[in-house]
Amino acid sequence: MTRHDAIVAKNLTVRYEDFAALVGATLTVHYGESLGIVGPNGSGKSTLLKTIAGLLSPASGELRVLGVSPSHLAHGTIAYVPQVEAVDWSFPATVWDVVAMGRFARLRFWQRFGAHDRAAVRRALELVGMTHLAARPIAHLSGGQQQRAFVARAIAQEPRLLLLDEPTTGVDAATEEALRDIVRRLSADGLTVLTATHDLDRVDEWFDRLLVLDRRVLALGTPSEVVASGAYSAIREHTHTHGHLRHDHEPHAAHAAHPEIKA
Amino acid sequence: MTLLTEPFHYAFMERAFVAALAVGLLCSTMGTYVILRKLAFIGDGIAHASFAGIVIAYLRGTNFYIGAGIVAVLTAVGIGFVHRRGRISLDTTIGVLFTGMFALGVYLMSQQRSYAVDLQSFLFGDILSVQPQDLWLILALSVVVAAAVVVFFRGLLYTTFDPVVAQASGIRSGAYEYALLVMLALTIVVSLQAVGIVLVAALLVTPAAAAYQLTSRFAPMMALAAVFGALSTVGGLYLSYYVRASSGATIVLLATLLFFAAIAAKYLRRATARAA
Repeated sequence: MTRHDAIVAKNLTVRYEDFAALVGATLTVHYGESLGIVGPNGSGKSTLLKTIAGLLSPASGELRVLGVSPSHLAHGTIAYVPQVEAVDWSFPATVWDVVAMGRFARLRFWQRFGAHDRAAVRRALELVGMTHLAARPIAHLSGGQQQRAFVARAIAQEPRLLLLDEPTTGVDAATEEALRDIVRRLSADGLTVLTATHDLDRVDEWFDRLLVLDRRVLALGTPSEVVASGAYSAIREHTHTHGHLRHDHEPHAAHAAHPEIKA
Repeated sequence: MTLLTEPFHYAFMERAFVAALAVGLLCSTMGTYVILRKLAFIGDGIAHASFAGIVIAYLRGTNFYIGAGIVAVLTAVGIGFVHRRGRISLDTTIGVLFTGMFALGVYLMSQQRSYAVDLQSFLFGDILSVQPQDLWLILALSVVVAAAVVVFFRGLLYTTFDPVVAQASGIRSGAYEYALLVMLALTIVVSLQAVGIVLVAALLVTPAAAAYQLTSRFAPMMALAAVFGALSTVGGLYLSYYVRASSGATIVLLATLLFFAAIAAKYLRRATARAA
């Protein structure tokens, strides 16, 4: 509602045919924060990200992204890294080619791919540690390298909002560590980052705040607030987790932090 | 040398070579998208559907490029619409539409008294019959499609590789898909007289498929495909002149030969790389 809010959703409902994947979600994301979206499979995490990215239209409710409706955003505003990259891995492209695509939304068709664009690609490759792989065809990448290449493409876009859907699924520990570090650095630089994850491990190292979803918003607050709210216990039954958040915290007295409990 | 220049003594051969060059370059350039977006069946479908337009134009005495062009573009847009909105599978839609439209063309044609010769030339092409006004149409449409490839280059590349992420970044994947289908329809119309309805799919697929064997980047693949395409059409036309065979068939056979040569070259390169 204020200029401090990157995303404002009010009573947002999103449907696939007859199935409501997200029901009456009301939430606010601040500028420059790293927000984790947690919840079991089918809880609407991907649906929320896709709706913010303008790939799905809400059935009802209101959604403002950077102050406007998602379809009115300027080109290149949102960078999205989907959960499963359904691309053809035999596509004739090198890592550089893929990361360079991140610049395309920013260029009108008469504009050349210039020095500024190349610099952005180089910076992105460096940030994900893939500079030495720039010339490698994407067909010859490991799963972790593929994921880092797609994150680099998103970074090269220089978006104002970064959406990551399950970025650590199926990647090695080193890549997971690297991604965590990248998200922290980007949000420290002022980028708003939304990350969907079903991995509740070390969420407090990834995120400033957590959104707990199970088709409805169960809680929204700092990791410790969310733990205190009890929303975790509501979802952890069907969520694969081994993190310390699950075991270590005693129930806080009196819910002092008042997380925004919705259900 | 006279062997090379002899065909050019005839004006109709000159026109045929210019048309062959344009068709070869255009089909194989668009073929890069056809291969990477897996549109081969769509291309075949548009070509067959356009037959109805050819026959209607023929019966009305108008230029067949106009009839074929209108039907091809409408079919392409219709296929795109079904692809994005429809609940019927794309394969089924194309299968139904293109055979239905093709049958309509054959039906209308069969009601004419002398149709056998013309039918043959539409099915398999007759590049030697390209008239001056045909050639201007071929060249004009080629320039339009080539300009669209240049103008839409980045958007087409991104939406071909990753339409969902491109869309999220603000690039309209749907609009690019429609644009590409219309470009494909125009390409097919341009090629009908040269290689015919049945063989145009080969020219859309084979040179680009050959190029795909030899490179792992998009722009080089497109450039190499264009070279293979032009070699096939111009070379095929030469060959057909000397062996007195159907030009369309010779062109496609040469393209097929180039494809297998590309595969052989790929394995040869791998083997030598391993040995080194």
